[in-house]
Amino acid sequence: MDWETVIGLEIHAQLATRSKIFSGASTRYGAEPNTQACAVDLGLPGVLPVLNEEVVRMAVKFGLATHSTVAPRSVFARKNYFYPDLPKGYQISQYELPIVHDGYLDIELDEDTVKRIGITRAHLEEDAGKSLHEDFHGMTGIDLNRAGTPLLEIVSEPDMRSAKEAIAYMKKIHSLVRYLGICDGNMQEGSFRCDANVSVRPKGQEAFGTRTELKNINSFRFVEQAINYEVERQIAVLESGGTVVQETRLFDADRHETRPMRTKEEANDYRYFPDPDLLPVEIDQAFIAEVTLSLPELPDVKKQRFMDDFGLSAYDAGVLTATRELGDYFETVVESSGGQGKLSANWVMGELSGALNKAGLEIDASPVSAGALGGMLRRIEDGTISGKIAKQVFEALWAGEGTADEIIESQGLKQITDSSAIEGIIREVLENSPTQVEQYRNGQEKVFGYFVGQVMKATQGKANPKQVNELLKKMIND
Amino acid sequence: MHHKTLVELSAGLRQGEYSSEELTRTCLDRVALLDKQLNSFITVTEELALQAAREADARIRSGEAGPLTGIPYAHKDIFCTRGVKTSCGSRMLDNFIAPYDATVTQRLNDAGAVMIGKTNMDEFAMGSSNETSFYGLVTNPWDSETVPGGSSGGSAAAVAARLVPVSTGTDTGGSIRQPAALCGITGLKPTYGRVSRYGMIAFASSLDQAGPFARTAEDVALMLGAMAGFDPRDSTSVERPPDDYTGGLNKSIKGLKIGLPEQYFGEGLDSGVTAAVEAALDEYRKLGAVITEISLPNSQLAVPAYYVVAPAECSSNLSRFDGVRFGYRAEVPADLEDLYKRSRGEGFGAEVKRRIMIGTYALSAGYYDAYYLKAQQVRRLIREDFMRAFEQVDVIMGPTSPSAAFRVGEKSDDPVTMYLSDIYTIAVNLAGLPGMSIPAGFTADMPVGLQLIGNYFEEAHLLNAAHRYQQVTDWHNRVPQGYE
Repeated sequence: MDWETVIGLEIHAQLATRSKIFSGASTRYGAEPNTQACAVDLGLPGVLPVLNEEVVRMAVKFGLATHSTVAPRSVFARKNYFYPDLPKGYQISQYELPIVHDGYLDIELDEDTVKRIGITRAHLEEDAGKSLHEDFHGMTGIDLNRAGTPLLEIVSEPDMRSAKEAIAYMKKIHSLVRYLGICDGNMQEGSFRCDANVSVRPKGQEAFGTRTELKNINSFRFVEQAINYEVERQIAVLESGGTVVQETRLFDADRHETRPMRTKEEANDYRYFPDPDLLPVEIDQAFIAEVTLSLPELPDVKKQRFMDDFGLSAYDAGVLTATRELGDYFETVVESSGGQGKLSANWVMGELSGALNKAGLEIDASPVSAGALGGMLRRIEDGTISGKIAKQVFEALWAGEGTADEIIESQGLKQITDSSAIEGIIREVLENSPTQVEQYRNGQEKVFGYFVGQVMKATQGKANPKQVNELLKKMIND
Repeated sequence: MHHKTLVELSAGLRQGEYSSEELTRTCLDRVALLDKQLNSFITVTEELALQAAREADARIRSGEAGPLTGIPYAHKDIFCTRGVKTSCGSRMLDNFIAPYDATVTQRLNDAGAVMIGKTNMDEFAMGSSNETSFYGLVTNPWDSETVPGGSSGGSAAAVAARLVPVSTGTDTGGSIRQPAALCGITGLKPTYGRVSRYGMIAFASSLDQAGPFARTAEDVALMLGAMAGFDPRDSTSVERPPDDYTGGLNKSIKGLKIGLPEQYFGEGLDSGVTAAVEAALDEYRKLGAVITEISLPNSQLAVPAYYVVAPAECSSNLSRFDGVRFGYRAEVPADLEDLYKRSRGEGFGAEVKRRIMIGTYALSAGYYDAYYLKAQQVRRLIREDFMRAFEQVDVIMGPTSPSAAFRVGEKSDDPVTMYLSDIYTIAVNLAGLPGMSIPAGFTADMPVGLQLIGNYFEEAHLLNAAHRYQQVTDWHNRVPQGYE
């Protein structure tokens, strides 16, 4: 039987505020345990939450960027359950009335295929603390630094049909929240986390199969592995006559498998009810207008602009707008190269990306600044150096040997464009290669490349290749 | 000195007749002498009080004193007080030293008031008799065989027994007004949102409101002025400056329209209470008030709705008492579940556990709509009843409690009967309105309270009506035997 996979994702994006969602404590990552937990975060008797207005602004940004409805009124509820790292015995989270709902995001599957993924809702909530199980001799340590960190939980429709689509969607959200400046996207530190709801059904069947929820999949690679494993598992269960149990499963990154965590029956009754300590969040049109004005250029718009303004292919434009940093870098290169869009794209996606990958660096840590790279491209464009010599200049830029102009000057890499000088060298090459000249004249045109190579060798690559070609053609036939 | 009101004491302090230190010592001495019988204090903070009194004296000498500067007061043990045990009447918090001050605590400190200790109360403010306290019951100064009411029973008894001129309380379903009535003093529950709830240990967040106790309306007005005001740390506090609560006290109430809800004078009301209330209403007629009968048709729904909403909120509010970070922790827990179950099982008393159970049930999947949601709808109906009534009248009056103080143990085995002792006060919390209880006579030698209910933020109107009544009566000046 042919099976179809159905996937929906729940993404937790940690909002990049300085202080927590309901208290003034800092959200900085990596502090000593419990040094960033104030009375409110500790859930001391008598304390009350006060909403950080910045998180509302951030959620609205996300809503506007995903064509969603921003709710004029949303409500914080209490999700009640006991856990040692949940100080109040309840998590404050939006439940029935989320701040953002009914939006979508378009993902590119390949050069020509765009798929629209529905966004059911995005709601605000507070994070819990962390339980530490090592080093406490049979006891559990609790670190509440993370308690009260603001999260935006982004819930998709079950619109994805493969792990590949899920990854594309997740990457798109990842890029978007960073564009918007509402989340740093750091997956190692847990700022961007993902749970996946996965089910399979016979191809052509309308009704969804029973789904499982996969937790703890905190890298793009793990999401792919976990989903693929889970799809195989469910199909195997169904094909052997079994039924899929609705349950939460944990992904084990070391063994590349998912394991049951709790079934539906074991799930908590969270006893949700509106939090009486907080007023409903009311958002008016004026606020939405103000936030709209503050939105940066969004990835899809930027991509189209790169295609229109620089003549880039959809693929190239997509790569260069994948992150805000890369897009910004690219635009600076174009500007300092004197408007060389295509050339800039080739160098950023080719030589520079290769070098960064090899060194394991992100674009914002590039040893070659966008201005420096653009400066070099300007010299290619004006004929000072050839594309080939430019690779040599780039290596020197990477090594920090100065600007492109300084390197060209000090290493004598300036292209030879003086016709008489090139003619002299050609004459010399032709004189020294009578056999090849003979062959060429007898119709073996391949030999032409040999002469070019000899001229370039004699000039250490500095002769203008175009000029060499033209002059050689003329002289060899004379 | 202990018979003087806050207003009189404040004048005496400023005129140098005595110092705050002397006054504070007088109060502390009376507590030492008389509180063994009453048990109105859980903690007496003698050293802190004397130090605060000396600071107040310095402030008085430098001419920077306000009306509360140097005035000793008793603070309900539900308000967090930095460095001082804040037990909420529970074994659960017997070891809890609050690391911060509640906003109310801070405001009274700033006003220069001198806290002499923390008062006894029903455990987590759940009770109407003060019998659920981990620290033992409080007795009524008028008769040691009877209860002082609750949950703010310690604060009410301490003022009635002249241990302190004023005290603080909280009122979720009547916890200021009912003990004020049963102890023969004046108490006010402000409009919901008028006084900050920050640092006040939550029972039912949408109903809880702090307010003062004193013998006179005038003293209550001064206390309220210090306690009230917007607090950015409480999202439900209202961004609106407090009114001048003392300026209008003496205004004539000629023509004041008083409404008597027919539902507050029906079955279950003690005849002695009826007589006292009717006599009080006669006084109001003499003062020129116009009394009409009104109807609050959904009154009978208040108690059932309250006993869904309040337990539901409390079941969630009390989840933080889990033995993990503060408060009582069971010894040698076998595992996490055992830690939770025994810490909570041993740390909470029976009434608190009962309400957590009721609330947990009411919020459970499948029951939420039938209970919690329905109760919230009832709340809206009750509010609308009041709004219609306030189109016709300025103030609503009636009995505060269906009977005078009942005997210790009389209702403690029957929760429903106990819950009905708040039948006239609960609707006010559900609607979020301000309410007062003032002394209005006696039945069988026990005090009776008259309840005054006002429209939102009309505390000044209530205080004016109460003050005018106290100008022509002396019930509020009566002293229980043994506390002269």
